[in-house]
Amino acid sequence: MSVTSAHNAKPLYRFDCTRRLVARLRNDEAVIGGIGHSNFDLWAAGHRPQNFYMLGSMGLAVPLALGVALAQPRRKVFALEGDGSLLMQLGCLATVASLAPKNLAILILDNGSYQITGGQRTPASGGADYVAIARACGLANASWAADEADFERLVETCLATDGPHVIGLKLDDQPPAGQTERDPVQIRDRFMRGMGAKRSALPG
Amino acid sequence: MAQAWHEVAVAVMKANEIRLVPYVPDNVLKPLINAIHADPFFTAFTTAREEEAVGIVAGAAMAGTRGMVLMQTSGFATLANVLASLPVAYQIPVLMMVSERGTLGEFNLGQAAVWRTMRPTLESLAMPWQVITRLDECEFIMDRTIRQALLTQQPAALILSPLLTGGKASPVKAGG
Ligand SMILES: Cc1ncc(C[n+]2csc(CCOP(=O)(O)OP(=O)(O)O)c2C)c(N)n1
Repeated sequence: MSVTSAHNAKPLYRFDCTRRLVARLRNDEAVIGGIGHSNFDLWAAGHRPQNFYMLGSMGLAVPLALGVALAQPRRKVFALEGDGSLLMQLGCLATVASLAPKNLAILILDNGSYQITGGQRTPASGGADYVAIARACGLANASWAADEADFERLVETCLATDGPHVIGLKLDDQPPAGQTERDPVQIRDRFMRGMGAKRSALPG
Repeated sequence: MAQAWHEVAVAVMKANEIRLVPYVPDNVLKPLINAIHADPFFTAFTTAREEEAVGIVAGAAMAGTRGMVLMQTSGFATLANVLASLPVAYQIPVLMMVSERGTLGEFNLGQAAVWRTMRPTLESLAMPWQVITRLDECEFIMDRTIRQALLTQQPAALILSPLLTGGKASPVKAGG
């Protein structure tokens, strides 16, 4: 089996990959979309009660997903984090490695830039390899997706086998397909219901 | 003999089902950290940054597991952005216990300077916080603050004053 590196991975379209991920979810898996366009495309792929949209705390998609994964070890949890955001909180990869939650998968959405603030290059865009960084932190199940079919195969591996898993996606520079409704309290309330952590007689 | 502050903290956390305890360590918190690690009721671990621990506790809270972040004053000073944009904006009961450095005999000017940012930050975030100075008030303040945070879906900070913990005294005499 050939190993895909950061250099020969095909640039993918974030919205298409997000849709492919969501289409494979069958068991109310939690999905945490990070700040930037990660959560926009998660929203655009169609709201699910198990989606959480992080609107403000740059770098906290992985810690949030880790908290959900620790609280509910039987539910698979996906973190969708932009490269700029992950770069701000790289230490979280070591935390994930040390706790080794079997039900956590991290998708690194690497467009080399801060797209939502105008597409400025990140300081890592010169060649830092996030999958290699994840591996060096102790996350052995970390791979770049070579193309769309490989991405789908890797998602299936996340769903079918114990993690923690990391999938790196090299992205093209297409804009997001939509914009999240920015209502944090509603997002939290819906997500808690989606996690079965809150019951309410109020509709929603 | 009366319980020590950290024994009270463990009892109150257990009574309120606070199980998840990510932290960045502090010397004053050592007896509490040791007790929590020794008790299988808790899941305790270090994180690289306090921000990360806030994210973990927020995620767990939304999925039905209660947690508390342990840190020192300087750790709290790194948190304004994530507190404002996560537990405050989303109304998530992220609980924090902060060992207060920088006052009542601080020997490190940097710690003393950071200490001055804590109360204005807590005030401007408009999040509930309490300073605990006395052992006889410790259980009441901890228990009620935690319960209020959980019932009102608000983050809250418990500040452990050196008056309660003894703090960290200077290893050398002034001028010595
Ligand atoms: C601490 C902090 N610094 C800066 C910002 C401004 N900001 C918001 S999103 C963002 C870029 C996010 O980049 P990335 O995670 O790569 O996602 P993308 O925009 O490329 O989808 C920045 C710089 C912020 N919200 N918080």
